[in-house]
Amino acid sequence: MSNSARADPAGNAASARALRRPRPLGDRVFQVLALVSGLLVLAILVLILASTTQQSTSWFSHEGISGIFSTTWSVQKDQFGALTFIYGTVITALIAVILAVPLSVGIALLLTEVVPYRWSRPIVYVVDLLAVVPSVVWGLWGILVFAPWVQPHVYAPIAAGLKGVPVLGNLFGPSTGGAVYGASLFTAGLILAVMITPIITSLSREVIATVPAIDREGAYALGATRLEMIRGVVWPHSQGGIVGAVLLGLGRAMGETIAAALVIGSSTQITSHLFTPGYSMPAVIANQFGEAFGVQRSALLGIGVLLFVLTIIVNVLARAAVARSMARQRGA
Amino acid sequence: MQPRGTKRITVGVGGVAIVAAVVALSACSSSPSPSSTSSPAVSGTLNGAGSTFQNTFQQAAISQYRSVQSHATVNYNSVGSGAGRSDLAAGTVNFAGSDSPIPSTEQSNFAGKPTVLYFPVLIGPITMSYNLPGVSGLKLTPTVIANIFQGNITTWNNSAITAINPGAKLPSTPITLAVRSDSSGTTQNFSLFLQTAEPSVWKLGSASTISWPTSARAGMGNTGVAQIIKSTTGAIGYVDYADAKASGLTFASVENSSGKFITPSTTGASDAASTVTVQPNLTFHAVWASGASSYPITYQSWVLAYQKQPNANDAKLLKSYIGYLLGDGQNLLPGLNYAKLPGNIDSMAKAQLDKITS
Repeated sequence: MSNSARADPAGNAASARALRRPRPLGDRVFQVLALVSGLLVLAILVLILASTTQQSTSWFSHEGISGIFSTTWSVQKDQFGALTFIYGTVITALIAVILAVPLSVGIALLLTEVVPYRWSRPIVYVVDLLAVVPSVVWGLWGILVFAPWVQPHVYAPIAAGLKGVPVLGNLFGPSTGGAVYGASLFTAGLILAVMITPIITSLSREVIATVPAIDREGAYALGATRLEMIRGVVWPHSQGGIVGAVLLGLGRAMGETIAAALVIGSSTQITSHLFTPGYSMPAVIANQFGEAFGVQRSALLGIGVLLFVLTIIVNVLARAAVARSMARQRGA
Repeated sequence: MQPRGTKRITVGVGGVAIVAAVVALSACSSSPSPSSTSSPAVSGTLNGAGSTFQNTFQQAAISQYRSVQSHATVNYNSVGSGAGRSDLAAGTVNFAGSDSPIPSTEQSNFAGKPTVLYFPVLIGPITMSYNLPGVSGLKLTPTVIANIFQGNITTWNNSAITAINPGAKLPSTPITLAVRSDSSGTTQNFSLFLQTAEPSVWKLGSASTISWPTSARAGMGNTGVAQIIKSTTGAIGYVDYADAKASGLTFASVENSSGKFITPSTTGASDAASTVTVQPNLTFHAVWASGASSYPITYQSWVLAYQKQPNANDAKLLKSYIGYLLGDGQNLLPGLNYAKLPGNIDSMAKAQLDKITS
């Protein structure tokens, strides 16, 4: 028992009496409403997962575990293996993150460290406009304007130049048929990169802005250059938040449907050549669900479940990364 | 605070506005509607869903039907034949649009339900559209088409193509295949044509999604395929007639079962449909039809509805709307670049209308 409590027994008893008095009706109603809303969200998530899994059980029983992760997706052969789509989703999301992260973190650092405050507001506005453009507009622009332009002007020269080169040739060289395609894995990754840049930029900017000015000033006082200050002060403070932002962008890139479906080329193949078409999980669901029936329909729902689980895992990792770095920050 | 007098003015303006709105609304709802004297007036709402192939026709028919039956509302949602059939099985729609009969694997969804009636409503040709500047009037046989779409023939000046086109100057351009990325009744019937005409050559089966060769370029919807063909020299693809005409594509003429090379047209499609064997439940396949003037890649679409409806008004409404699709609605088809049902199939369908009861 603390000294203050022993010193004031009358006050202690009074506050104990106040606690035992029932809370006002408004408070209790608010508490119930808040609890119900939170539980409702959880219930909706669980119900979605349960109903889609239940409808995809015939796919699991038809294919078995090995069949689900096979590369054959054929209605004619009645075989539905999802490996091609998992590969395509992972590859396009990776390309998107690799292209978007330097760009976004660069813009965030630019806005917080380099640009005067007066100019940062319009730049933030323009970057946020990227997020406002609807996904289908990105897809349409991608397939009607960007893909036809990028194939002869960018992909073809790169592929011709890298033909036969050991590792890069497998990635950016022409396919076995000799062709490069505008609608391909790389184009999809590129467009996804542009779509996730606003998210990563705004989150990173907010995280970097919380770095205490006193630490920055201290670094400058010790004679650090701007780059050394960023490396030594900004980065340790904000790395958890930036990693979390990147993982959120990754989750968005994995689930992006229409833009990917329009520009990925819709070809069921696993290939290392990035300038050739591929397929991703959201794209195959969007393309084939309308006419699907029987096992194919259940397979598409199963792919939806896989995608759901994958994005949940990515988001959980994001939160863990943020929490771990915050704990380390507090400990340090 | 508002100056004195403004309050009276705002009340007056508000009152006039309210009165004007009431008058306008009542005027809208009581517009005189010319109800047909030949069919009884029906009222209510019908919901349908399914085939995208039928969609243009359904939307045109729905708006024309409203002028014939002003108290009936019909809604059609083009979600795809598969989704439409599932909706019918689930009972969430009154009728479904489907480009193919209910497959055997789906029959279990309809177990315990009343019999499903098939009403054919339209016919349409699928064109082989291509992009070869300077080459017009290209002729193709089913064998050549099957080999092209399986990746066995890869250049335009291949001997198999030049043999049937002696007069044309075919370049050595590589052939680019343009196919559908989304699943579709068009793909299903095109592959069914190849499977029926050349079963020994065509190995990829018939389904709404086909595992095309990996070099094929896929587009979304008929318009996506048309766009690939238009922008790629040496491309060939299968496009619905209505969309091919709208995109200004060049079509090839295809050899039919009588050995004649027929260009796609609505008359060629109607001729094909008039020679088919129609099952008692009005299902049939118009691909590879016999007849000297038949276009061989023709397909069809049905409206599916339960024979026994839950209530009398639903039955009356369905009979009226489907009757319209089979009757005056057929006259909308040529303008939309579809083909009308041949007379015999139309009469069989109209006779089947009487089977709908409640």
